[in-house]
Amino acid sequence: MTISAEKIKELEKTAKTLRYDIVMMIGAGKPGHLGGSCSIADIVAVLYFHKMRHNPKEPKWPDRDRLILSKGHAALAQYAALAECGYFPKKVLSTLKELGTIAQGHPEMLRMPGIEANTGSLGQGLSVACGMALAGRLDKKDYTVYCIVGDGEIAEGQIWEASMTAAFYKLDNLVAIFDKNRVQAMGPIIERYDTNPHGEKWKAFGWHVMEVDGHSVEEIADALDEADKIKGKPVMIVANTVKGKGVPFAEGKAEFHHGIMTEEQHKAARQLFEEDCG
Amino acid sequence: MNKQNCRVVYGQTLVELGRKNERIVVLDADLCKSTMTRFFEQEFPERFFEMGIGEQNMISVAAGLALSGKIAFANSFAVFAAGRPYDQIRVSVCIGKVNVKITGSSCGISDFGDGATHQGIEDIAIMRAIPNMTILSPADGIETRKMVRAAVEYEGPIYIRIPRNEVPDVTDEKQEFKIGKPTVIREGTDVTVFTYGYMVYKALKAAEVLEKEGISPRIVNVSTLKPIDEEAIKKLANGVKGVVTVEEHTIVGGLASIVAYILRGQAIPMEAIAIQDCFGQSALSYGQLLEHYGLTDTAIVKAVKKVLG
Repeated sequence: MTISAEKIKELEKTAKTLRYDIVMMIGAGKPGHLGGSCSIADIVAVLYFHKMRHNPKEPKWPDRDRLILSKGHAALAQYAALAECGYFPKKVLSTLKELGTIAQGHPEMLRMPGIEANTGSLGQGLSVACGMALAGRLDKKDYTVYCIVGDGEIAEGQIWEASMTAAFYKLDNLVAIFDKNRVQAMGPIIERYDTNPHGEKWKAFGWHVMEVDGHSVEEIADALDEADKIKGKPVMIVANTVKGKGVPFAEGKAEFHHGIMTEEQHKAARQLFEEDCG
Repeated sequence: MNKQNCRVVYGQTLVELGRKNERIVVLDADLCKSTMTRFFEQEFPERFFEMGIGEQNMISVAAGLALSGKIAFANSFAVFAAGRPYDQIRVSVCIGKVNVKITGSSCGISDFGDGATHQGIEDIAIMRAIPNMTILSPADGIETRKMVRAAVEYEGPIYIRIPRNEVPDVTDEKQEFKIGKPTVIREGTDVTVFTYGYMVYKALKAAEVLEKEGISPRIVNVSTLKPIDEEAIKKLANGVKGVVTVEEHTIVGGLASIVAYILRGQAIPMEAIAIQDCFGQSALSYGQLLEHYGLTDTAIVKAVKKVLG
């Protein structure tokens, strides 16, 4: 164990706060990317509140670690984290998708501080992360580029182009986290379009592969620390997750990839988190 | 007339600028001996990235480099540079105004032997449709050198279209190149011919013939296709009896569309010389292919006479 019991507790609470923010951002009666945002909440919490070197007061600090959300539709988790970190006022979250807001349906770097690249058309983020990692090496900087990739997303061929680039250029300053939540928009991955096996694919592509429980902040943190020690290879952390994690009625449900919570559901979810998040 | 190969000039200019500016990085998709970025690779191997035959990844990687402070030049044939990674150009590059320069080499039908798959005849139409994009098309080696310099100075996405074959120098070395400014290559009073790329030379050849017949054409090099200086186009079309557009590109979405839109509502006769909404094909020479698709000085002479009635 590399992080203290106290830190684990704190990160677990942060992840709950992020989920609460996600539920509140979407609101009742409106569609929102609840499932994929909740599946990465623990990963995002560990990255922003434990692992990454970053400065909300100076989003463009050249030495910062970077997070590219290749599965851009899960942006709500990142927006919540950025707001909790202080990149912008928390009240911005309630403006999600409103005309003119910085909180767009998919992340936009020119609008929101802390967003590193535009993603949302799936498959592109891992390539962008490769470019940032190449630049970091050229500039002799020691920042790490993190990239979250989805298990539905990897049907996009560009992911594999980027996977070859990362291995060919031995990008050991690139750490990807694979959000294996098993469900894509139209249903379970194994039924709709099976992208398995996952870890084996990246091993074959020349990556160092690890596997964690994507809802254990301790396992995530340990794997990210372990990733720092891997030299000469990019790292893929396969994180086993549950789509919609933490919101019981949405867990494992494709309907909540971009679903609508009823008033009752929204109230139930809110109350669940309010007990914990106060 | 001095002749230069724009690809060679492009490659040499990248090296020349690379010596002064360490921020410049170059990516290529297994065509560096054709795009001539091999010169850059030879001199700056650490700043050159072979991306394999994967243009989509290349564009997004270039975006990542640019987002980390680099001036990233991503290279391939025009058809692969603009067509294959359309969505990557749109999302990874243009929405965020990322400082990526995309070079579409062997543009138009200049890759005469390789046929329809390799001939980039709709690249301008595709690139024009994307907000925040700037499109440059040099008429010769002189302009190529100036454009690459301007592209480095400019912060934001640029698409540069480079011909494959040797082309005669037609622009003035002393003329300043400014993104967005069309330039008059030859003054005239009867008809304005708007053109760009290698077709500027063809228009000048046509002008020699027309001059002998007492017709005075003004030849304008619209080497920036986006953003377009609407006022300049209107001014240059003002007072003449007709307008002709000439381009080595499909009739859809290129200069013909641009000029027709700008001059909408004006009762001015107009003709367009372009590839008529069809794919290219192989030929044994560039000249043969230009002839086949009607991209010749003779065709320009005819079009000018037609607008004069």
